[in-house]
Amino acid sequence: MFAYIVRRLFAVIVMLLVVTLVTFGIFFAIPKLTGTDPASLYVGKQADPATIEGIRQKLGLGQPILEQFWHFVTGIFAGRDYTGGGTSDHCPAPCFGYSFRTEQAVWPVLTDRLPVTLSLAGGACVIWLLAGVSTGVVSALKRGTRIDRAAMVTALAGVSLPIYFTALLALAVFNNQLGWTKAEYTPFGEDPGAWFSGLVLPWITLAFLYAAMYARLTRATMLEVLGEDYIRTARAKGLTERVVIGKHAMRSTMTPVLTILGMDLGALVGGAILTETAFNLPGLGQAAVTAISNRDLPLILGVVLIAATAVVLANLVVDLLYAVIDPRVRLS
Amino acid sequence: MTAPLPETSPADPMDVVGDAPAKAIEGRSPWRISWMRLKRDKWALGGGVVVLLLILVAVFAPVIVHLLGHPPNDFHEDRINAFDGMPKGSLGGINSDYLFGVEPTNGRDVFSRVVYGARVSLLVAFLSAVVAVVIGTVLGVIAGYFGGWIDSLVSRVMDALLAFPQLLFIIALISVVPNELWGLSGSGVRMAVLIAVIGFFGWPYVGRIVRGQTLSLREREYVEAARSLGAGRRYILFRELLPNLVAPITVYATLMIPTNVLTEAALSFLGAGVKAPTSSWGQMLSRAVQTYEGDPMFMIIPGLAIFVTVLAFNLLGDGIRDALDPKGSR
Repeated sequence: MFAYIVRRLFAVIVMLLVVTLVTFGIFFAIPKLTGTDPASLYVGKQADPATIEGIRQKLGLGQPILEQFWHFVTGIFAGRDYTGGGTSDHCPAPCFGYSFRTEQAVWPVLTDRLPVTLSLAGGACVIWLLAGVSTGVVSALKRGTRIDRAAMVTALAGVSLPIYFTALLALAVFNNQLGWTKAEYTPFGEDPGAWFSGLVLPWITLAFLYAAMYARLTRATMLEVLGEDYIRTARAKGLTERVVIGKHAMRSTMTPVLTILGMDLGALVGGAILTETAFNLPGLGQAAVTAISNRDLPLILGVVLIAATAVVLANLVVDLLYAVIDPRVRLS
Repeated sequence: MTAPLPETSPADPMDVVGDAPAKAIEGRSPWRISWMRLKRDKWALGGGVVVLLLILVAVFAPVIVHLLGHPPNDFHEDRINAFDGMPKGSLGGINSDYLFGVEPTNGRDVFSRVVYGARVSLLVAFLSAVVAVVIGTVLGVIAGYFGGWIDSLVSRVMDALLAFPQLLFIIALISVVPNELWGLSGSGVRMAVLIAVIGFFGWPYVGRIVRGQTLSLREREYVEAARSLGAGRRYILFRELLPNLVAPITVYATLMIPTNVLTEAALSFLGAGVKAPTSSWGQMLSRAVQTYEGDPMFMIIPGLAIFVTVLAFNLLGDGIRDALDPKGSR
């Protein structure tokens, strides 16, 4: 078990290095190929050549890509100093560089934005797991009935609706027409009530999409599991239906649900881009979209890295949880 | 997003066979049996009809717009209220001349733009699915058949790609792509890049399934038999393995198209899709963000267009899956 975790953690680190290298390569190499100078992105096109040269010196943009990459990676762990043009700045670890646009350090921007995205993803996740899994189980048990059909039609519609469309509809109805909610983010520490009421609509919108996906998945898996021999055995030895479903069938049903949950949560923590954009929530996803339209390479790199880390770590946690949930899985 | 879920078909496969006229026992190919199952699935057929209609709309967009609409990029300021920029008349300016109303502020014909939007949506969705299926099948078969270090390499690459924050990455990638590329310019470049990038990030999903299938098929007796009869690698790959992969690949490809429609629309919504003035549904929705309070129809119509398209493909895809794979063996 311990060896397994160490091996997986090592793989995680390698994976993150690869993702960083590729991202770094794309955002620093492609502008080079197409003749856009990253240094001029930093100071604007009108700046005089001397200023651009100074910035290039200071940020090390003239160095070979691999050398820049090395400085970037060591900066994350040890911090780094930017010297040149007569000034010197120290960027403490974890240093993700400075935004090209706002000249703020990237790391504080990321840590500012992360709680918003975590609040959104976490709250929605609770709702969609409760709603999606229970709908799926009920649908599977009542297979072929009206309840099942109604649930599955709703679920199919749910997975076919673009989330930004649902979001706009929800805003139009609940915010503007009825005035029930106020779509505005307030930090939890400031006012928990406002935090909650500002997030209710985004939560439900996001959860509706995922609940639909999870209901379909749970129903399909449950039906498959119910046909297994061990379920028949469990029934044959006189266990109550409650124990057969709740204990024996649920365990295997949760395995694929958990796999998907890991991937989905990981991806969402990296920024629920569409939901945040539609509801104007100042999370990581929104930061990424702004950064991209501003061609703010260091900030893009920061968000991509956070997102990739979240996905990889979530997958690792899921693999570890397998061993707990599914008695057939033993890690070695 | 709508990965094929192993769902058992509502109709028991035995029913289908039992319902067939009992006059004579005739041999039916597996494809024929699947087609019969599909024909009985009303939802899937409905989806199929809508898909067919959408394809026709996309192909004949210029004709349809000529007959029923106005050129998609023409401004009709006379249809707009000067004081708030909203369309004249109720429901976003819907009348017999402007079937879906007009766009706020510039008065472009929404019907024409929705019709032309179908072209972008379907073209990008189809071609990127083709890209994903081709790369995924080739690499999946290679990984599954040869195994060893090749398998490890391909599998690791797939894992790495799946760990990428895809949407984010696609937008970022599109933002650094130059305006002229591969002899194309303007919206052509964007479409080509969209197809390439969406397809590229889609192949690991296909690759995983194909690899798994190949792994299990490789050990089957009939492959063993072919090999012991002296069949070459080429024969086994193309004659023994590939035909058995067609079913899962078809199912996956059909279910990938709606996902791609959603991705293209999402990218356009975020401003990383085709460039104006080429119209796309996602782009219309992103414009509607500013105006939906005054003119909800301009938000509802493109939103419904995406919804109907995605729903139709999902219904058809679910139906094809159930027809080809009634036990849900995957």
